[in-house]
Order: sequence, then structure tokens, then C-alpha cells
Amino acid sequence: MSVLKIKDVSKIFPNGTTAVDSFSLDVADGELVCLLGPSGSGKSTLLRMVGGFETPTSGLMTIDGEDITNVPPEKRPTGMVFQSHALWTHMNVFKNLAFGLKLRKVAAPEIKRRVEGVLELVGLGGYGTRAVTQLSGGQQQRVALARSLVLEPKILLLDEPFASLDQHLRERLREEVRDIQQRLKITTLFVTHGQDEALSMADRIVVMRDGKTEQIDRPDVVYREPQTPFVAGFIGTMNLIEGVVSNGVFSKAGYSTPLPVSDGPAILAVRPEALDLTASTTGQGKVHRVTDYGTHGLVDLELKDGTRVKAMVSHPDLFQPGQGVSLAPRAIAAYRDGKVIHRTSAVAPAPHPALVDA
Amino acid sequence: MAATLAYRKLDWTGIVLAAVLTLVIVLPLVVVGTWAFTNVWRYPSVIPQEFGLRFWNQTLARADVWSSISMSLTLSFTVTALSAAICLPAAYAFARLDFPGRNLLFFSFLAGHAFPKFGLLVAIAGIFLQLNLIGTFWGVVLIQLVGTLLFMIWIPVAAFQAVDRRMEEAARDVGASPFRVFWSITLPQAGPTIAAAILLSFVGTFYETEGAWLIGAPQVRTLPVLMISFINNQPVIQYGAVLSVLLWVPSFIALLFARKVVNSGSFARGFGG
Ligand SMILES: Nc1ncnc2c1ncn2[C@@H]1O[C@H](COP(=O)(O)OP(=O)(O)OP(=O)(O)O)[C@@H](O)[C@H]1O
Ligand SMILES: [Mg+2]
Repeated sequence: MSVLKIKDVSKIFPNGTTAVDSFSLDVADGELVCLLGPSGSGKSTLLRMVGGFETPTSGLMTIDGEDITNVPPEKRPTGMVFQSHALWTHMNVFKNLAFGLKLRKVAAPEIKRRVEGVLELVGLGGYGTRAVTQLSGGQQQRVALARSLVLEPKILLLDEPFASLDQHLRERLREEVRDIQQRLKITTLFVTHGQDEALSMADRIVVMRDGKTEQIDRPDVVYREPQTPFVAGFIGTMNLIEGVVSNGVFSKAGYSTPLPVSDGPAILAVRPEALDLTASTTGQGKVHRVTDYGTHGLVDLELKDGTRVKAMVSHPDLFQPGQGVSLAPRAIAAYRDGKVIHRTSAVAPAPHPALVDA
Repeated sequence: MAATLAYRKLDWTGIVLAAVLTLVIVLPLVVVGTWAFTNVWRYPSVIPQEFGLRFWNQTLARADVWSSISMSLTLSFTVTALSAAICLPAAYAFARLDFPGRNLLFFSFLAGHAFPKFGLLVAIAGIFLQLNLIGTFWGVVLIQLVGTLLFMIWIPVAAFQAVDRRMEEAARDVGASPFRVFWSITLPQAGPTIAAAILLSFVGTFYETEGAWLIGAPQVRTLPVLMISFINNQPVIQYGAVLSVLLWVPSFIALLFARKVVNSGSFARGFGG
């Protein structure tokens, strides 16, 4: 039952790197927020500041209204799960989980009860006497999660906890963690640079870039209505075509489409699944490559100046490399100066035939 | 594998080298060992005329032998404990913190061992003379403490640096104070390597003669110093031989320990191996 508030927090390292730049975020009680961004965007630094491992250069952080900005990590009601699990290899699983409880002077029978309970919760009942090194990667990561959960932290912090696991295991653990988090209603901040992870787990996503927020929204909104070209390019696949608008028409290297905005430069954004292609000899583009994924196909095409555009099609066998095509986008957005200036529809685009056919 | 070994041409250089090494190391040990258990051994004979424990009884009946044994043990324990108490936190600071003069200080420990030791000792003895430390127990402790600095700083620094920082942070995260983290996480993680350093400094102190003699004589007499004076002043070889066999005991114990530590594999891990 806890609320985390981060207000105007910055971190400038002694070497001059600004890792986090006036960052603000409120995480509601029981909410899971994903920090998503490319490598070096300051996600880990932000999380480590919430955990107490880095001191903010400026700004304020509170948990349930209490200022924690300068509280050392051992006094914070936060629990952190590290990418490298960081289990103590000289202790067995039980001792790893019991260590924090012992420091809190919990009685031995109570420690045993709680440790066994949380091991049950992460699906490792009966593993208490195992040495940490005798566990698989996924099991180790579960023990690391259990080590934090057993102390019932107010805020759970996870820094790419599944990054070292294979795809299959990652998807399974992702669901398990989401289940546990929702069952315990624990307020959680989750760092990842995998967009699929963020889209499938988060209540809200924070897209970060160079230590700043680009957008904070629900996953479906981030996907459908990216507020900046950076977010548009980072989440999912997006064609970003830089061109010029004059008299309500966007044009780029022989391709043009109506765009009701004022004259000037603009970036046109179209998802591959929202772009229809028709074969035409006087086409605006030329097919470069066709990839057949079985359920659908992906056509790479080139505009006259070599700009690459991707389109999803339901019948890839209709297209051959070198063939001329014309483009008909069903949903577009346009950006200027890093902001969205036009969007065809705020509602979800109609499902593409390719997805229905499949 | 065994078959190829058997058919391989004998490596004579290797065999000769091994034989020479064995001779150089083992032969003196055998001779000394034999002398220790000999009652009578006169010149032309290859083996002693009479074996026995007569000189063991005589040596062990001497008060100065017992007092030097207890002196050596007290000294080694004191020096090792002090050295651990001073050097381990210092090594941790070297491994984890960055402070001005860090590298210079770090290498100064090496410098102490890079110059001829006896000259350095004489200089120190001069200072100790003014401080009235000559011939005192604590004077000897001090000089031997300096001798252990190299092992007790350099080896633990490597061991601490090999400890995963995330493990320490995870311990802070669950509520451990920085000191508790050092005690419950860092020290056990670096444990085997540090045990080796402590062992080295214990044995090194036990066998050290130059400093002990120069600073301690004649009031403070360790077992090795007593042995040297026996060998120098007594016409009977057996006294010295018995003492030197006695001195093997800590070596054997050290070797047994070392075997355990090295076998566990964590020693190499301590060095990032
Ligand atoms: N201790 C440090 N000293 C100096 N600069 C640092 C330090 N830690 C991080 N940085 C810098 O701060 C910036 C943000 O780093 P951070 O680790 O937070 O990125 P990240 O978003 O977690 O990236 P990744 O996805 O690769 O983990 C980077 O430019 C990094 O080089
Ligand atoms: Mg990171």
C-alpha cells in the first residue's frame, strides 16, 4: 500500500555525465511501471537512486510522503532485484532469504515460516537447503526475487532481472512476476530495454531518452499514439519519412499524401501494418525485398531517393523485387520539432487483413 | 593417455632436474632429521652408530627452549592478529575506495621489500634504540608487523576486488549496515584467499630471524634465533637438529591448510581465476 513520488531528480556523475535529467514520476499504489529506453538512457541510474545506491545531484523522492532522498539503502523500504541476481554464494537458499529477517531480529520459527512461504510463492518449495550455485539461471533469479519479497518491501525495484535468460524462460518468468506482483499488490518499478517486456507487463510505460522522459502512458497508448518521433521509432516498427509539407500535401521523393498541417518540414509516421501496397507501373516506390513469414509477408521498398519503407502484406507472393508499387497509408501521424502535429484517428486502426487472414 | 606416456621417449633433462631438486631439498632435511634422532655418529660411518631420543630429552629439558617456543608462538599470534586487524580494513579501503595518494601508498608496501632487508633493519634498529624498543617484546612485534604488510595488504586487496559489488549492494538492500556487509558478505566471499594470507604471515613471522635477532636479542629469544645460537655456539650438532625438526611442525600444519584452501578452488577464484 505505497506510493512513490520522484520530483525533478537529476544525477550528474563526477565525470560530468548527466545520466538523469530533471526526472519526475508518480507511481500509484500497487502499480507496475516500466522504465523503457535504449542503452545509456539512465534507467539503471534512476532505479539505483530510488534504491539508495546513488545519491541524486538534485531533486526529491518520497515513499508514502516520507522523504527518502538521503536515506541509506539499508534504511529504505525498497527491495531491489539485480540483473546478475547477486545471490550470496557462501550461503544456501534458505540463508539468503533469512539474512534480512535475521537483521530485523525476527524469531527463528517465524523466519522459517516466512521463508518457506515465499519459496512456495516463487515455485521453489523445498529448495531451501540447495546451494545457490546448484540452481539454474531461472531458479536463481526466482530466489533473488524471493529474497526481496520476503521482507515485504513497500516498493519493489527490478533492473532487467531476466536479461541473462533465454527467450522462453524470460516470457514465463515475466508472467509469474506479473502474477505475484498483482496478487501482493506491490508497487513496482521495472527497468527493461525490451519493448515486448514493457508492453506485456506494465500498467504504465515511461519511455526514457538521455535521462529525460519522452512519454508516460498506458502501453496501448504508447503504442498507438506515440507523442514524439523517438517513441514512434522505439516502440514497435514504424516508418519515419522525413519530408516537406506545402499547401496541405506532404511530399518526399515522388511520394505525396494529403497532410492538413501548416507548411514546413515534417516527419510522416506509418506503421507497416497500416500501409497498403498496390502494384503499379508508375509507382511511387520499388520493391526491394519480400520476406514471407507464413502468416503474413513483409515488403521492403525504396522511394525514388533510396528511402526505405516497410509494409506488411497478406499475400507476399503478389510482389517481386524490382516491381513498382504505390503506397496507401490507412493511418498516419506527423511530427514537427519533436512533437506530434497530426494524427488521422485517435481510435485503433482497423485490423489489417494480414492479421485477420492469419 | 597412459599408453602414449609409456612409449614417449624419456625426458632426461626433466628427470635430472627433478633428481637434483629432490637432492638439494630433501637431502639436507634427511640429514638434519637423522641427526635429531642420533645418539652417537662418528666420522667414517655412513649411518649413525646409535639411534635414540637422548638429545630430545636433553633439549626439551632446557628451560630456554620452552620459553623460546612460547615466545615464538605468542609473538606470531600477536603479530598476525594485529596485522589482520590493521591490514584487512586497509586492504578493503584500497580495493573499494579511491583516495588521493592511493597508488603511491599501495606501492610503498612493495618498496619495503625491494631493497636489501638487513640495511633497512639496521636503520630501524637505530630508531628503536632511541625509543627504548630494543630488546623488548613490542619492539620485535613492531618490526615483524612491518614484514607482514606486503602479504596482508596485497593478497587481500586482490581478494576483495574479486568480490561482486552487487552482492554487497544486495546486502545493504536487505538492511545490513556497511560494517555488517563487510563482516557477513565481503569477508566470507574473500575468505579462503585471506586465510592463505594470514597463514603466510603467521609462518613468516614464526621463522623470521634477522629482525627478531637484531631487535630482540638478547632478552627476546624466538625458537629460530635460539636454534641459530645453538648451531653457532654448541659443539653438539644434535641440539640444533632437534630444534630445526621442531620448527618443521608449523610448516606441516601450514602445508595441510594450504592444500585444503588450494583444493577448494576458491583460492584461484580470489585472484579472479
Ligand atoms: N558510476 C558512473 N560514473 C559515471 N557515469 C556513469 C556511471 N554509471 C552510469 N554512468 C553513465 O550514465 C548514463 C546512464 O547509465 P545507466 O546505467 O543508467 O543506463 P541504462 O539506461 O541503465 O542503460 P542499459 O540499458 O545499458 O543498462 C550512461 O551514459 C553511463 O555511461
Ligand atoms: Mg542498466
